[in-house]
Amino acid sequence: MTKTLFSKDSRETWFYGIMGLLVFLLVWQAACIFTDFGRIFPTPGVSLSAFFHAFIEPIGRYTLLGHISISLRRVLIGYTLSSISGIIIGLLMGYSKLAHAIIYPIFSIIRPIPGIAWIPLAILWIGIGEPTIHFIIFMGGFSQMVMNTMDGAQHIDMELVGVAKVLGAKESQIFRKIVLPSSIPYIFTGLQTSLSTSWMAVLAAEMITAREGAGWLIIAGMQTGKIENNVIGMISIGAVGLVLATLLRNSERRLCRWSVRSR
Amino acid sequence: MVSTKQIVKEETIIKLENISKTFLVEDGEARVIDKIDMEIRENEFLVLFGAGQCGKTTLLKMLAGLENKTEGKILLGGKEMKGFDPGIGMVYQTTALFPWLSVMGNVEFGPKARGVSKKERQKQAQYYIDLVGLKGFEKHFPSMLSGGMCQRVGIARAYCNDPKIILMDEPFGHLDAQTRYMMEEEVEKIWDREKRTIVFVTNNIEEALYLADRIIILTECPAKVLKEYTIDLPRPRDLVSPEFLSLREEISSLVDLREGADNE
Repeated sequence: MTKTLFSKDSRETWFYGIMGLLVFLLVWQAACIFTDFGRIFPTPGVSLSAFFHAFIEPIGRYTLLGHISISLRRVLIGYTLSSISGIIIGLLMGYSKLAHAIIYPIFSIIRPIPGIAWIPLAILWIGIGEPTIHFIIFMGGFSQMVMNTMDGAQHIDMELVGVAKVLGAKESQIFRKIVLPSSIPYIFTGLQTSLSTSWMAVLAAEMITAREGAGWLIIAGMQTGKIENNVIGMISIGAVGLVLATLLRNSERRLCRWSVRSR
Repeated sequence: MVSTKQIVKEETIIKLENISKTFLVEDGEARVIDKIDMEIRENEFLVLFGAGQCGKTTLLKMLAGLENKTEGKILLGGKEMKGFDPGIGMVYQTTALFPWLSVMGNVEFGPKARGVSKKERQKQAQYYIDLVGLKGFEKHFPSMLSGGMCQRVGIARAYCNDPKIILMDEPFGHLDAQTRYMMEEEVEKIWDREKRTIVFVTNNIEEALYLADRIIILTECPAKVLKEYTIDLPRPRDLVSPEFLSLREEISSLVDLREGADNE
């Protein structure tokens, strides 16, 4: 990406992208000035200045960065736990028929339940607090992680397993040398989708059970009539989500250089 | 009872006795290999030739340990073979490279799996990478290579594991004609330098005659030994010499006749 950043094509892309953004802000501004929209919604100028103010002046207990880092921390804990366990269970179910037979029936009942549907139960079981939020995030990403990883472990080229055995690989080496690497592109697909659902889950959880975080910002902005806080919350959620997805895509590029899909 | 020593040219290293293979299909059984007896001699270039897709690959897979036999015995160095044997390597029709490993990673796979030290196995792998003419491509992934180059990696990978016998299953079937000629010359050169036994399956008569010390002609479905030719034309072979052409004519008509008979 850095190589083509200043080429002619990418300069044009940047130009149109920025133009699009400007037009969007202009329409927003115009809507605020010329219609009733302005009575319930802040102008871009007010929103932006509130956005920058929020870095210095706390909203509720924390500044904007504080809220974001609290949400981020929650997501990273829940997401890491759900990814690790999702990968392990997915590989197990994809590779071992026995594990599949035991786990899959329970799993396929749990799978369609969205992460946020666990909120009442989680509060009942664990109470209000960090572990509840981690649990909700965990449930939000877990099943996607399992499904994608399992898909990868099931779609192994059996010919390559044979090739490895002819070359002297023992049965115990097949998992690490063939099953795991050929599942990696699938695992990354899982990591991508589960990251966005984890990010969604943290917002939902914070709206209901927390007094801080980006999700709380949105709700608090609405409840106190400070819509600009709501807007700030949404902008930062979008920005953080974009950064996370980009980071993940870059590490996928590095780890899956061999895969045609990732190029 | 069975003597593994032969006076003919070289020692026999593989002996196939009464090999049959039956697959279960929807409406009963399909016999693809029917009572094949065969001897494979040390350091020879043996070509299994036959039209159609039936039996030859299955036979190679049995030798590699990838397929069970329904009947019969395979003796390797006088001992009955069971499953995979480190003395046997294989080059595949589909190249079957590990897409997540670089050229180096693919070639060193066998020694690595067997626990050879990194320094040792990379030295060995480098030798074979150079031998197949892929110096400078060590870090490339298979998806970046052409079909011919992939097949070179496959050949290096098989040799690097240091087997006595290398099985080649129509390795050039998917290549264009020009690349194919080049690869045939290459394989002959490598075989000449690195004496090993090669068992090569093809349905291309020119390829068979260009490469083989001995051609065993198999019938189509079920595969049976139809006839055997020892080819002692001087190498590298001249594809338009009268001897080459007449042998080509003879074998083609033999196979054509068979097919005609089957169709009746």
